[in-house]
Order: sequence, then C-alpha cells, then structure tokens
Amino acid sequence: MKKGLSAKASRRLWLLLSVASAIVLWTILSVLPSTSRSFPNIIKTFSQIKVMIARKVLFKDIASSLISVVSGYALGFVIALPIAILMAWYRPFRYIVEPWINFIRNIPPLAYVPLIVIAAGVGRKPQIIVITLATFLTMCITMYQGIINIDETLIKAAKILGASDRQIFFRVLAPASLPFIMTAIRLGSSVALTTLIAAESTGAFAGLGMRIRSLNNNFETAPMLLYIIIIGCIGVIVEKVIKFTEQRLTGWQEKREI
Amino acid sequence: MAGETRNIKLSIQNVKKSYMGRNGEVVALNGVSLDIAENEFITVVGPSGCGKSTLLNIIAGLLDATSGKVLCDGKEVKGTGPERGVVFQQYALFPWLTVEKNVRFPLDMKGVKGAEADAIVDKYIHMVGLENFRNHYPKELSGGMKQRVAIARAYAGNPEVLLMDEPFGALDAQTRTQLQQELLDMWEKERKTCFFITHDVDEALILGQRVVIMSARPGRIKSILPVDIPYPRDQRTKMSERYLELKNHIWEQVYQEYLEVRK
Repeated sequence: MKKGLSAKASRRLWLLLSVASAIVLWTILSVLPSTSRSFPNIIKTFSQIKVMIARKVLFKDIASSLISVVSGYALGFVIALPIAILMAWYRPFRYIVEPWINFIRNIPPLAYVPLIVIAAGVGRKPQIIVITLATFLTMCITMYQGIINIDETLIKAAKILGASDRQIFFRVLAPASLPFIMTAIRLGSSVALTTLIAAESTGAFAGLGMRIRSLNNNFETAPMLLYIIIIGCIGVIVEKVIKFTEQRLTGWQEKREI
Repeated sequence: MAGETRNIKLSIQNVKKSYMGRNGEVVALNGVSLDIAENEFITVVGPSGCGKSTLLNIIAGLLDATSGKVLCDGKEVKGTGPERGVVFQQYALFPWLTVEKNVRFPLDMKGVKGAEADAIVDKYIHMVGLENFRNHYPKELSGGMKQRVAIARAYAGNPEVLLMDEPFGALDAQTRTQLQQELLDMWEKERKTCFFITHDVDEALILGQRVVIMSARPGRIKSILPVDIPYPRDQRTKMSERYLELKNHIWEQVYQEYLEVRK
C-alpha cells in the first residue's frame, strides 16, 4: 500500500480498479467474434436506457419487479420468523418441519413454477408466492440454526439474575437472535433477486425477468444485457443498505459473520 | 469474624446426581453433604469430572438433584432465586449491553429504577474499578475486565450467597492473582457467603476459610480442611510456613485423585 493513503481511500481505489478492469474485459468480449453478439459494447448497452424508456417499459419493469420482490420477501420473512422460533422451541415441530424445508430448499424454484401457476393462476399472485417460498426457506433455516445456537449460559445467567420467562425472551433471546435474523435478511434478499426470473416466468405482464425473456425472443442482446446489469445494481444497493443496518444494530458482536 | 455460633446459610444434604450416559448410568455426585455458614468463604477443589460444577449448578437451582436436597436459610432450593448469585467461568455477559447496562440488568429485572438503581450500578462499577469503561461493550474488554463486570453484575443483584464456578479459570496467571486479591478485598468488605469452585490448589487456599477436597467419579467429599490463616491475606501469605504446610497437605490429597482419574 502507498504511504499516506487511508485504508478507506485505498479500498475505493481498488474498487475503481476492479470496475475499470471489468469494463476492459467487457470491451474485449464485445470485440471477440465468438462473444460479440452476446456482449454488445458498453456504449451500445447503456444507450438502450433511452430506447427502453421510449418504449415505456423500463420504469414499469423495475417497479413491477420491485413490488414482487419486496412483497414476496417481506411475506417470506414474516412467515419465517415465527416458524424458526417454533422449530427452535418445540422439538416435535422441528423434527417434522426441518426435513421438509431441507428437501424443498435444494429444488430450483423454476421447477415448481408451473404447479404454482396451475394453482394460483397468472399475474402478480404466483410471482409473490414463488419469491415468498424461496426466501422463506432460506431465512427460516438460517434463523432457526442461529436461535438454537444461542449461548446457553446467557439464558442461565439471566435466570440467575432474576429474569422471568418473558424477560428472558425479550431481553435475552431476542437480542441474541438479532445477528442471525440480520444474516437471514441478507441471504433472503439475495435469494429474492435470484428467484426473480423464475417468479416472472409465470406469465407476468411486466418485470425485469419477464422482459429479459421476451427480449430473448428477438435476440435483442443490448437491452437484455442492460436489464441484467440493472438487476445486479439493485442487488448491490440492497446489500449495502442491509450491511449498513446490520453494522448499526449488531456491531456489539465479537465475531463478524460472513 | 462473626463468632462461633454462626448461622447455617446453605445446607447440602446427601445430594446425589446421576444421569444416563452412553454406557448406562453415570453417577456425577454420590451423597454430598456440607453445611456452609453465613459469611463463610468456602472453596472447593478437585480434579475435572469430580462433579464440582454439577454441585454448584444444583445449589444455584439450574439443575435438579436426583436425590437429596439443598437448603438455603432452611428453605429447600427449588429453581433459581435472587438470594443466590452465580459467576460463570465464561463470564456470560450480554454482548449487546454495555458494561453499565450489564451491571444494571438484575436491577431492571427486579424493577429497581431511577436514582436508587444508578447508585447501585455506580457503587459496583466503582468496586471493580471500571468507571472508565462504563459505555464499552464486552467485546472491547479483556478477559479480566469481563470477569470484573460479571462480578459487579452478580453483586448488583444483591445475592446473599455468591456461587463462583471456576471464575478465574480462563485468565492468565497474573490477571488471576490480581482478581483473587480483589475478590478477597470485596469479600472482606461485605462478607457475602461465597462458594468458590476451582481446580487450582493455591487459589482454593488463598481464598477459603475452609477448603473442600472432592474425589473423582463418583464425586464425593474427600475431606474438608479448615484454613487457620487469618485475613487479610495477600500474595505474601503464600510464602508463610503454615500456608506451605497446608498446600502440601491439600496437594497430596488432590494428587491422589488425579492418579485415580488417570487409571
């Protein structure tokens, strides 16, 4: 490291270098004959922003996808939290439900999308169901594993110090679970986005995932690439926001988790 | 000293604890009986696996005895109670709370608020010398400081009996010696009944008025040794003739137990 550079500034510099080399790599791909069709160059790709706005789809697609992702993800969280707590608390419940979750978790959502469409029809509903299901599975397992690994001496200590069961729940178990809940939220957000294509293959009328599939029919690679980059950007922004919140809420932790 | 006719604070009566292991029943404690007087500092020493932690957990009310009972002030112990505080080897501080809020925790649980609570918190943070670390989180503290916070927190709950489960076992030798001294000073001030578990013969001897030596598997009391060395004690006490004599005596008995365990 150069002298005089703070750690933060040097990180920025590396990031800049990383982005610059990605652009170089991208440019090379856009020139090579075998890959040039899939990777239009950067100018061609970003000029598609105007085209897609003119077609009156860009903002509609982003909005539609965000609505599905946010509501599916929120619903997934709301269901996962109590189920995770129940699994951690009641052994019979855990023994019955955990194998289900582990079984379904490894199936790519695209595989069961048709079944959901048959049951729920087309439109917004199946999209939200797919994202809810996928995020629920990941978040539930993450939270449950965190809760059962809470240091038991903390509960003992609280009991000794006169905490009632209610106080143990709210004053010890809740804060002790917070890091795992935040990890679940982070992993869930990434699952929500990666499930987007599957979710929007349910006969959606708009959406980033739906648009990529429909552009594919005409081999319009430039806007496709643009949309892919947009999904990536949303992912990065969401992760940054969550990481920031995590740092604020659980900065007291001894070890940082991955 | 409180004199000859001291009240019995804790009475351990024929406590037995066994549990089912992979190869059948394992007896952790086999008929342990012991009376601990009010204001007494009693230390328990024995090899690992002698059931001394199990005994402490039973007294604390965190474990139930298979048979026998523990009386505190003549009343049978059923579950935990505010009159019995515990200091754990792993500190067991709440990592999301600052030093001050950790010490305040037992007061919050009891609903003690305002100036009264502040005064208690200040008193014990001062007692363990952590005024400058009030707003630090446990992760920012050394092992010795963490254990000081845990001791302050236990005191803040105002227990009548302090149960200490190898509290200095995870600390380096120098910090351990320092905390032993601090604990002695605190005990001399408030004379809370102390039940202190250790595997360190020196620690048992420098702290205790009586040293209980336990035998391994199944855990029993092998002997009880009154330590006739007056307080205040400090590190120089460890050089006295009487101390060395007693140390030798305890060490021989403990060593026999180590040999038993190794068989």
